[in-house]
Amino acid sequence: MNTERILQRAAREISPGQIVNLGIGLPTRLIAHLSPDMDVMIHSENGVLGAWKRATLDSAKATLIDAGGDHITTRPGSSYFDSAVSFAIIRRGKLDLSIMGAFQVDQDGNLANWKIPGQFSPGIGGAMELAQKTPRLLILCAHNDKYGNPKILKCCSLPLTASRCVSRIITDKAVMDITEDGMVLRELAEDVELQDVLDHTDAELLLPEEIGRF
Amino acid sequence: MDKQREIGDAIACIPDGASIMVGGFGSPGTPFSLLDELMRQGQSRLTLIKNDANEVGLGISKLIENGQVSKLITTHIGLNKRVIELMNTGQLEVRFHPQGILAEKIRVAGAGSYGFLSDIGIDTEITDPAEIIDWEGKKLKIEAAIAADFALISAERADVYGNLCYSATAMNFSPLMAMAAEQVIVETANVMRAGDIIPEQVHTPSAFVTAVVHVAKLSADYQVMEGRCEH
Repeated sequence: MNTERILQRAAREISPGQIVNLGIGLPTRLIAHLSPDMDVMIHSENGVLGAWKRATLDSAKATLIDAGGDHITTRPGSSYFDSAVSFAIIRRGKLDLSIMGAFQVDQDGNLANWKIPGQFSPGIGGAMELAQKTPRLLILCAHNDKYGNPKILKCCSLPLTASRCVSRIITDKAVMDITEDGMVLRELAEDVELQDVLDHTDAELLLPEEIGRF
Repeated sequence: MDKQREIGDAIACIPDGASIMVGGFGSPGTPFSLLDELMRQGQSRLTLIKNDANEVGLGISKLIENGQVSKLITTHIGLNKRVIELMNTGQLEVRFHPQGILAEKIRVAGAGSYGFLSDIGIDTEITDPAEIIDWEGKKLKIEAAIAADFALISAERADVYGNLCYSATAMNFSPLMAMAAEQVIVETANVMRAGDIIPEQVHTPSAFVTAVVHVAKLSADYQVMEGRCEH
């Protein structure tokens, strides 16, 4: 999967002045794609607002990590707080954008990313509150799972993280929006044909007249 | 008023079967020295409440691997394959809560109340319909507070009365747990005289703290993890 392309496209979703939470894994790597002087506050649910790039061994502080466990730096104007305050920020809707991964997303904007019964159940972490309470939720994931099965579905089959919560999905093949009319295909990756996306998507995709490229 | 205790005496107060809140999100804030002493003393059938299970061979994972823990109340154990295995084979009972809900359950117990109403996860499998009530026209879930017998806390600084300051993301659940447990045992490398912590900068006031344990030398567990840095 071309993760660099997903990251480059996703970096354009973050605007100056926003407060943004980045999930563990691919989303956290977005920070490296942002301009060093960009005026954005990254929230990490372990208790920091103003998280910035990964720390080097020389600059790392033992008590400063992100929610994924990496040593990080902070930008000027950052703050630390306890876990109740951290989730008050989330549940009160103070984040502008959350970016996370997914096992499945469906055309109603339902998200499943925390449990595969019988295979994977490490716990909910902060995903449920982030998905349910952030005004704009962006999903970054592979278009298909490792067996080639679609992850963009008519209806999620796995236990939901939250219902009707997803705003936009960026995969290695496409950019899709959840709208009141349904799931709209907005952009195709530069070397991907429309038929390829249709063949690898279970959800019903609405096709506007203009479909961009990324 | 001086609450300084030797580590062995402080931990010896914990009986078999106790419920224990443990501060820390990953390594920062984990009271590694108190946990090592708890392992040395060998108390069993413990219920632990912690955000995560640390990583294999670290912190509460050592107690779990050592068979001292019967139940873990937590939010996410994805960084610990050994604990996931013990859960999947039925050797460890694990109860998951959404992270901010666990924090709030502890905060509410610490504030002397018994629960709160929430809409988090209300239409997912984590909600039992029996927990839902109608409240001013909304369907909300009753979340019960969670208290504990003990809290084990790691502080950046503590004065002899037990006023505490935390460092960066080592704060996480610690100030909440320090309020919600009957007895609060604190470890710190920096014990200060009364008056040496500026009152405005106290994160946890001394009223909540039972014992302050001085840790003279911090082990490698407290240091920066090289593999978690940019190279």
